[in-house]
Amino acid sequence: MPAWLTDDEYRTLTAACERLIPPRDGTAPGAAAAGVPDYIDGLLGAFTVDPPRIWARGPTSGRHGGSPAFAQFHELTALDELAWRTRIEGSCGLPEREFNGPVIGLQERYRDGLAALGPDFGRLSGREQDDRLRDHPDFTDLLYGHACEGMYGAPEYGGNRGGAGWRAIDFEGDVQPRGWTDAEVSNP
Amino acid sequence: MTVDAIIIGSGPGGATVADVLTAAGWTVAIIEKGRNHLLDPHDLSRPSFDYSNDEIKFLSRHFLGPDPLIEPRTFRTHEGDGDHSHVGEVNSVPSTVGGGGTHADGKVPRLMPDDFRLLSVLGPQPDAEVADWPIGYDDLEPYYARVERAIGVAGTEGANPFAAPRSGPFPMPSGAPMFGAILSSAAAERLGYHPYPAPTAANSVVYDGRPACNNCGFCAYFGCPIHAKGDPIAMLARAMASGRAELVTETFVSRIRTEGNRATGVDLVGPDGATRTMAADHVVVAAGAIETPRLLLLSGLDHPLLGRFLMTHFQTIVAGSMPFRTYAERGRAVTHVHDDMIVGDDDTRKAAAEAGLPWLRGGMVEHSGAGLPIMEAKHVPWGTNHPRLMADSAIRKRLWAFIMQGEDLPYAGNRVDLDPTVRDARGFPVARITYRPGRHELAASAHYGPRLRAILEEMGSQWAVISSSPGTGNASSPAAIPESRHNMGTVRMGTDPATSVVDPAGRLHQFENVIVADSSVFVTSSGYGPTLTLAALAARAADLML
Repeated sequence: MPAWLTDDEYRTLTAACERLIPPRDGTAPGAAAAGVPDYIDGLLGAFTVDPPRIWARGPTSGRHGGSPAFAQFHELTALDELAWRTRIEGSCGLPEREFNGPVIGLQERYRDGLAALGPDFGRLSGREQDDRLRDHPDFTDLLYGHACEGMYGAPEYGGNRGGAGWRAIDFEGDVQPRGWTDAEVSNP
Repeated sequence: MTVDAIIIGSGPGGATVADVLTAAGWTVAIIEKGRNHLLDPHDLSRPSFDYSNDEIKFLSRHFLGPDPLIEPRTFRTHEGDGDHSHVGEVNSVPSTVGGGGTHADGKVPRLMPDDFRLLSVLGPQPDAEVADWPIGYDDLEPYYARVERAIGVAGTEGANPFAAPRSGPFPMPSGAPMFGAILSSAAAERLGYHPYPAPTAANSVVYDGRPACNNCGFCAYFGCPIHAKGDPIAMLARAMASGRAELVTETFVSRIRTEGNRATGVDLVGPDGATRTMAADHVVVAAGAIETPRLLLLSGLDHPLLGRFLMTHFQTIVAGSMPFRTYAERGRAVTHVHDDMIVGDDDTRKAAAEAGLPWLRGGMVEHSGAGLPIMEAKHVPWGTNHPRLMADSAIRKRLWAFIMQGEDLPYAGNRVDLDPTVRDARGFPVARITYRPGRHELAASAHYGPRLRAILEEMGSQWAVISSSPGTGNASSPAAIPESRHNMGTVRMGTDPATSVVDPAGRLHQFENVIVADSSVFVTSSGYGPTLTLAALAARAADLML
């Protein structure tokens, strides 16, 4: 169940992400299987959990040793919360968020953008989906940037499920505390 | 309570001052507007472990601050653009305990002796206000040596034929050279250049209780998860351990209070939004070359030249794709550099003459790659070919690049002032940056770009492209905003109050107990990163306060 999007919106988002980052020849998953829609839905619904899922803690994830600290998230200060609520929810007419004017939040941009792609988006052919995405370049740019983060960022944010995005591109991910030996650096 | 000194900013400048003053028995309050992710909140003399190999956290989500929604800046290329052409992030360095030292990849070169006397050695340039510094390399050398020891710098003495003389060895030997840098250095040498291991503030051995770097590759733009990087942690931790320093975070200094020709303290806005006053015998401003003039302007400590002569380094970026893996994701981001393009040669003099200029200076050239996948993905098109392009990885796996930190001359029109309409979340006017490169920067970049491309071709590149930061196209494009993070020169140092804002000790001419201890005081930019020089200047300024 999505954290913030409706089920219909989530389905459209999933189809759009899969078109932006499709599977590769059956050897690597596309954005949908890698959890990219969950990354984006998690960002839009970051404040549905406490602490909000904005910054994973450090210093290690546990994937290469150390503790699984990425699984915990940093508490936000009042200013951090003001910034991220404004970025995600928009200024909503609140004076404390509109000191430089109104801000359209990610939630509104996604709600409008997914509606513009249409409820039938998932049933279109690939070419028709591409045309629909190109008809909405601002939203597609926003979506693609987030899709890249969800595909190739740390799995603790909801995407890159099980490190699938990193495996697909032969990337080790966060390597602390193991790091690389001097020989691996200079003479790989 | 009155402290001996309030230090505004906890980056390399402020941390160095705190270290020197507390060692001498002074009490200090270090005011930092950002959060503390560097020091253990339960024992500020020890490290915290909030940093990580997390590209989302550090590159997409402003973990080190400033958040441009809360603390925007504005930008324009010149006054003809109107009040501003951009609102948001403008060449920001971190707003956090440790400041710019936390995200830097730790290249810490010294300037050359001639960098301090550019006007005397090379003469003037059209439109620019080139001047000699009021101090020379010999004045600063002992402080360079001191801060190299404090930060922990690894290097190889004698490797750079153009290096300034040293009074002693580097504190540590150089760390492991990156595979790509070994190849690019060999190519550069074959073409007659002189690459050498970059003086780097990343431990090659256990140093000062901190571990050796383990080459994780998440260096530039990331805090170091194991504190092997020479951010200001050593100086801050030592100052806190003295028991004579207070670290006040998430607190904004909105005004320096003055009476007559002396400062008496500062107004602070705390995390709860409440304002209070703190008194001090001295006020040290070390907020960086954009926030420092902003605070002085907010405080009414005006001077006709305050905020002028902003320099950022004009970066020439030459990137090529190799038919082999470069392994840029392993190591200290940059392990080799060369200085030939600062020194110049007969070809450089000919290029200057053809450009109608008396001389050209480039900058230190960094040999590096690009190892981050989200960054690469955002440069790769979406759609059917995306998975193949990402797996083949022309950028992350096979790109190698040179970044020349080109000397940026001081022009009076390049400046920081207060934006007339845009405010930060606390309600204060934000800094407005007015900046565009001059003829010198463009000519130097045009001259050296093809020479750098020739080195990449010698290394084996299949293709190479030349670009710059800032870009030279549409002035209203975000590409017109510089991204070097090397801001300098906005509170110029000199002996004459008519032509400078601070004296050779960093004191404001009109307010003798207000000391500027960051790269704001640079007279010229040189072609080197500013961190070690600003820390050395801060150590000297602090010594002169005692």
